[in-house]
Amino acid sequence: MDKSLRGSAAIVGVATAGIGEAPGRSSLELLAEAVNGALADAGLALDEVDGLFCNTSVHSHPALSVGEYLGLRPRYSESSSLGGSSFIGYALTAAMALQLGLCNVALICYGSNQRTALGKLAAKGGSQDYEAPYRPRHPITSFALATSRHMHEYGTTREHLASVAISARQWAGLNPEAFMREPLTLADVLNARMISDPITTRDCCLVTDGAGAVIMVRSERARDFPQPPAYFLGGAIAHWHMQVDQMERITQTAATDSGARAFAMAGLTPTDVDVLQIYDAFTINIPLALEDLGFCQKGEGGPFVADGRIAPGGPLPVNTNGGGLSCCHPGQYGVFTLIEATRQLRGECGPRQVANARVALCHGNGGRLASQTTALLGSEI
Amino acid sequence: MNDAHVEGSPFGGPGPDETFRRKLGEGQFEIQECQSCSRFFFYPRAICKYCGSANLHWRRPQSPVTVYATTVVRRKPQDGGDYNVAIVELQEGPRMMSRIEDIAPGDVRIGMAVQPCVRGQGSDAVLVFVPVQPGGTHG
Repeated sequence: MDKSLRGSAAIVGVATAGIGEAPGRSSLELLAEAVNGALADAGLALDEVDGLFCNTSVHSHPALSVGEYLGLRPRYSESSSLGGSSFIGYALTAAMALQLGLCNVALICYGSNQRTALGKLAAKGGSQDYEAPYRPRHPITSFALATSRHMHEYGTTREHLASVAISARQWAGLNPEAFMREPLTLADVLNARMISDPITTRDCCLVTDGAGAVIMVRSERARDFPQPPAYFLGGAIAHWHMQVDQMERITQTAATDSGARAFAMAGLTPTDVDVLQIYDAFTINIPLALEDLGFCQKGEGGPFVADGRIAPGGPLPVNTNGGGLSCCHPGQYGVFTLIEATRQLRGECGPRQVANARVALCHGNGGRLASQTTALLGSEI
Repeated sequence: MNDAHVEGSPFGGPGPDETFRRKLGEGQFEIQECQSCSRFFFYPRAICKYCGSANLHWRRPQSPVTVYATTVVRRKPQDGGDYNVAIVELQEGPRMMSRIEDIAPGDVRIGMAVQPCVRGQGSDAVLVFVPVQPGGTHG
């Protein structure tokens, strides 16, 4: 096997900005200035960058904030925080991503104004500073705004969205591990306490404890373990913004891109998928994801989920563990999509087992409809 | 050659964030237009989000502005009561989060015509939008 990274990538542009003191300039302004210089040094245009490797000391989700600020739509990005050494690590992962064709132009970048901004507020830069004065109740307000617009454009109703919560609860009723299992009615959802119109408490995921872990090995030895393998068939990430006012359309996510590339890698289409695990932070996530991943037309997600289609016994099983709405949501839910998909592919799910589940789709949504990550798993290669 | 922060550099002087806040503190709401690709964007940036150019100018957006999405954040009366959070769409294209004032939070509708209004001064200045009054708009 010759997959050595040695000699497989090279640095072709570099620049610095604001070295020493840069009064009056934010971390992202300095970062952008350095990017501007490095691109000029390399003779590349901004829109040729499709791989982003970055970290900052001040942003909750550095790749999303930096990507949005620069106007990038990365095909691959990483902001693993290993401290100040992260960027040397990025040289390695960038080489890996480049060699695999996951990106073609990798940008590694950093910026900070920590000397001149010491002790001051609003020093980090980026969209969060501009939203803060309006006191959005994050993340709920962002999803409420998207929901309001989806209703306005497509006629989606609160009843459509309630059916997402009800379907999740029906699945949870079949899962002894789920946190909330008692039946949920339409009236329960519609009469629940409003938090940020049109989102009620029952349109929101749970707040629970929980943890999950997943082990992956090379396929060549995957049959040497006690459990049947769930093969990784395809995967992709995409992000186009950090905050929802920066979306080209608030009713369409970058899942259109992550889904298409994941399916292409796997050589599959939505009709091949037997079971779906979709990160349901809020009820609107399910119709949005089903639209953007190609399971129904844009705008049809509301009626699509409203007839029991995604519930137990329906033709498109979604979130068979009960999802974030009814099983668990310990702050970040993504790992649980992989775990439930694997359990379904193994056929070990008892009353909630989807018959003949051979292909599972996992889809995650991070931040405020921002990062979209799709993975396709299968019981066979 | 590193010409950053010298006189005449597009990166010299106060950054776009500070410039925006200073203008707002003087009652002025302006956004950036890229001189290279002629596109507008908001929030303020050091380089154009569309083409990467640092050749940017400040412009006063046209009025009226349209409500693109809206929500009422529910809050107990003793904590100050409900308030509006909206996304508005400028005629130049950019959208921004803001708050619609001078109207009940729940009466704000998508598609409603509003206009910018800077409330407060200096570092307390906040940009909100208010319904366009009959008899015309001001920019």
